[in-house]
Amino acid sequence: MQSFLDIFDIYFLEAVINGILLGGVLALLALGLNLIFGVIDVTWICYAELVMIGMYGMYYLVQYFGLPYWAAAPLVILLVALLGAALHFLVIAPLLTAPPINQLLATGGVLFILQSFATVAFGIDFKNLGIRLPVLSLGDMNFSYARLLSFAAALLGMIGVYLFLTRTFTGTAIRAIAQDRQIMPLMGVDPKRLYLITSAIGGGLAGLAACLLVLQYDVHPFVGLSFGPITFLICVLGGLGNFIGGFIAAFVFAEIISLGGLFSDLEWGYVLAFGFFIVMMFIRPAGLLARRS
Amino acid sequence: MLELRSIDAGYGSFQALFDVSLDVRAGEAVGVIGPNGAGKTTLMRVISGLIRPIRGTIAMQGTDVVATPAHRIVSLGIAHVPENRRLFPRLTVADNLKMGAFMPGARARYAERLDFVFELFPRMKERRHQMAGTMSGGEQQMCAIGRALMSNPKLLLLDEPSAGLAPVVVQQVFELVKRIRSSGLTVLIVEQNVQQVLRVVDRAYLLEAGTIRAAGTSTELAASDTIKQAYLGV
Repeated sequence: MQSFLDIFDIYFLEAVINGILLGGVLALLALGLNLIFGVIDVTWICYAELVMIGMYGMYYLVQYFGLPYWAAAPLVILLVALLGAALHFLVIAPLLTAPPINQLLATGGVLFILQSFATVAFGIDFKNLGIRLPVLSLGDMNFSYARLLSFAAALLGMIGVYLFLTRTFTGTAIRAIAQDRQIMPLMGVDPKRLYLITSAIGGGLAGLAACLLVLQYDVHPFVGLSFGPITFLICVLGGLGNFIGGFIAAFVFAEIISLGGLFSDLEWGYVLAFGFFIVMMFIRPAGLLARRS
Repeated sequence: MLELRSIDAGYGSFQALFDVSLDVRAGEAVGVIGPNGAGKTTLMRVISGLIRPIRGTIAMQGTDVVATPAHRIVSLGIAHVPENRRLFPRLTVADNLKMGAFMPGARARYAERLDFVFELFPRMKERRHQMAGTMSGGEQQMCAIGRALMSNPKLLLLDEPSAGLAPVVVQQVFELVKRIRSSGLTVLIVEQNVQQVLRVVDRAYLLEAGTIRAAGTSTELAASDTIKQAYLGV
């Protein structure tokens, strides 16, 4: 009995730590989506599909053009940042004053366009980088370097965004515009330019996430479905547009998935997470850190 | 410095200003008085570009304001303290002031302007890490004026600076306007508090139902019977 408990504790601790590692990347995705929502007041339904395109970018740069991983990653971040700016310029900007449902439908349409494009252009088979990172063993616990690296890079990415938002004039304007859109011209701010910059940053974060996720998962045209919905739930649970709420919610979800997976299959972890979300929507419909009005 | 000629303006099909002409000369303090709904706020918004006139011209030191994009108008030297202050409530006082220095010309002199504003409002220096929305109305008004001054303007537009403030604080705000004036800044101020504003400005316009009904020096207006009866309560 005692030895059973020992093993159980080790697995429990391993699951908790894996949950934290998973939470890092989820928090990165949630930050990108929250940034777009907070500043531009639109939801990019196709956010995870930008990640999918980025993962294909990594695959082709590494496998076809023979670039080393560290050289391909900045190119992919730049590529997806440009894709984010293009998405804003071509799809969102013309619909800025349209009803929200039209914006949702339009970005939903982009989701299907990107999935279909990937299917036609890259095929439906699963592809990977062919990079196998070693596993770190701590006592009886095993952690993949891919996850550790992803967590560290996601954290660095988020710190970078935090410094940008708090230290620079443009970052301060990004936080300000969500609070009062109409008077921004009085500050000398051109909202259109700010929207484009924010879209590029949101895209860049999706690109960074793509570089990290491609280390752990195979890429295929529908890979966005494995983390797109969970990213939306995280943002809604944290309160849409609330950066800190999204950060906390990402770790809450990651722990539920990871610990749920410990007691049963990984899929049950997701079932638990979604069930938790539904219950929370009854208790705190405006999100974990909703401001009392 | 600022010239408005035959301005018509409004929101959609509702017209709020009819054929308004107005001048502000360098170094002057000019008031626009009138009842609620007379179009005073619309007038301020037309000058700072938040809404565009249907007809008429606006020139700031010879530059066509109507043809300038809204976010560039602050670079012409026009800073607008909007009605109800409109601070960013969940940004700190320091970040609110920073936003006032957003345009490239002002960024270069950010530290210098911040010292100037902190000297004018020592209270803002004490509260610089506090969320702007948690301050009292008077402090918020100081912060809003400070934010406008961060852009190093030539012309300061003040829209109802005394609105919603306690009488003692209203006194302080008008004292402040005097101090800002004496520093050489040109001021255009819109107020319902006619008695107070006439003590601060050199000249004033009476705006009623979107048209200029009277204009003159503050002593002339304070002595005029219509204004006495309608606004000064004597």
